[in-house]
Amino acid sequence: MMPDVSANVAGLKLRNPTMLASGFLDETGGTLLRVFKAGAGAVVTKSIGPEPRTGNTNPTVVELEVGMLNAMGLPNPGMEDFGAEVKVALDGGAVVVGSVYGKDPDEYATVASRLESYGVQAIELNLSCPHAKGLGTEIAEDPEAVREFTAAVKAKARVPVMPKLSPNVSDIAAFAGAAEDGGADAIVAINTLKAMAISPELKTPILANRVGGLSGPAIRPVGVRCVYEIYEAVDVPIVGVGGVETGRDALEYILAGARAVQIGTGLATRGMSVFADVTSEVAAYLEETGGKSVASLVGAAHG
Amino acid sequence: MGRMEVVPLTEVTREVHHTSTFRFRSAMEGAPGQFIMVWIPGHDEVPMALSYLGDVKGITVRAYGDATNALLKYTAGDLVGVRGPYGNTFHLDGRRALCVAGGVGIASIIAAVEGFSDRGTKVSTVLAARTAEELIFEERCEEAGEVHVATDDGTRGFHGLAPALAKRVLGQHTFDSVVTCGPEPMMKAVVVLCLERGIPVQASLERFMKCGIGICDACVLDDALVCKDGPIFTGEELAKSHDFGRFRRDESGRRIPL
Repeated sequence: MMPDVSANVAGLKLRNPTMLASGFLDETGGTLLRVFKAGAGAVVTKSIGPEPRTGNTNPTVVELEVGMLNAMGLPNPGMEDFGAEVKVALDGGAVVVGSVYGKDPDEYATVASRLESYGVQAIELNLSCPHAKGLGTEIAEDPEAVREFTAAVKAKARVPVMPKLSPNVSDIAAFAGAAEDGGADAIVAINTLKAMAISPELKTPILANRVGGLSGPAIRPVGVRCVYEIYEAVDVPIVGVGGVETGRDALEYILAGARAVQIGTGLATRGMSVFADVTSEVAAYLEETGGKSVASLVGAAHG
Repeated sequence: MGRMEVVPLTEVTREVHHTSTFRFRSAMEGAPGQFIMVWIPGHDEVPMALSYLGDVKGITVRAYGDATNALLKYTAGDLVGVRGPYGNTFHLDGRRALCVAGGVGIASIIAAVEGFSDRGTKVSTVLAARTAEELIFEERCEEAGEVHVATDDGTRGFHGLAPALAKRVLGQHTFDSVVTCGPEPMMKAVVVLCLERGIPVQASLERFMKCGIGICDACVLDDALVCKDGPIFTGEELAKSHDFGRFRRDESGRRIPL
């Protein structure tokens, strides 16, 4: 019998435990649908705000041996125009999670409600973008703000609400607790690590924004540790993110306590087939080890 | 992943008053039609087609904005960042090929013009510009094969637009391959000409680009990524496209008229 690779994150039903991470191939309906068709269990949109935003000037990406730095700066078409993109993805059958940012709790709630009216099946709160001035960073650095922003969105939302937490804090479990207190239905962890790359020839940071977010294999051990700590601290489901490129990588997160994993930078190394590949690698592991389901492995690394 | 190299320019050649070629040494690979991301420190990082392949590579840049205007002031020895190459490549097969270039579009297909010739394919090039002074790489095209010049103002060669001259040249020989790069309305007209005649055609497209590596979604054409699935698309792909010749995305991702 084929092992059961489906996942359920706070009522969001996924055919497999892989999701497209926010920020990757998710600004337009056509690519969201293409990624879903390529095998993702769900796709998370670009973080959407109340107004269109062009983001930072290039260079916005630095490729590294161990992953990637990015400082896109939250480019997005704004909530008004984004309805047409969500429609394309939903009409094609995709499971869509709307990612939201704003400058205050009201804006988060307004954008989340708008995305919900377009039909997204869950809301992810970007509380932790390390490269957009005055938006995500301050929220990510204060547990009380995480609680407040989550509660504001939860007050209006009918679909599951999942705050995405920053690893750039000393005690991520405290932030997870704050999110849970605010009514979070699930927690997504982690966002990118604040980082920098400098050109020795030019003696200057490469990113135009100077500081960006590190993603890819380099941060996987950090992400796995964060998910492990969050699992011990809260009862709500967890979605793990950071450096997943293979089934084994996904299993680390699942065993640490994640119901599902998100993949972004892995697109650059394995292409769009990464979702189907990771899923089949997880299924193969279940078959080899006599496991019945992904769900039965969640948190199994805790003694 | 590929790391950015910061390299000195070895040679800068003014092609026409607003367009220069910048040469640099790099061990990166590179095939006809591919592009690189070029960092002009303090200004921007922009996609540029490789107009010269081999050990000493080159890009040919027309000044049109802040970063390209800054680059046009660079001289030999100045440093730029380069990463790549990215994107797909032209298929260089067939017995006789027609290359249709408008303006600085020749920079994206000159490597294909020479690539055809190197592989023994007979090459005709329609080289078009607004005016005689803006024609680029005429000599390189002549070394590869036959050249037909068109200018919008009639100061050299055929008086008119590239597609009209391409239509005439398509009637002179039997072509089994066409490649094109230039303003999108021009490429659309060339693609239509080829589809009507059943001749395989490849067009090199341009869109606003950020990452260059197929992850950020800035450069989409329908659900295709110009940086990764492209920049070269076939006539069959473009015939099915909703966006080609009609829409592009602005820097925030909104779909707007071309």
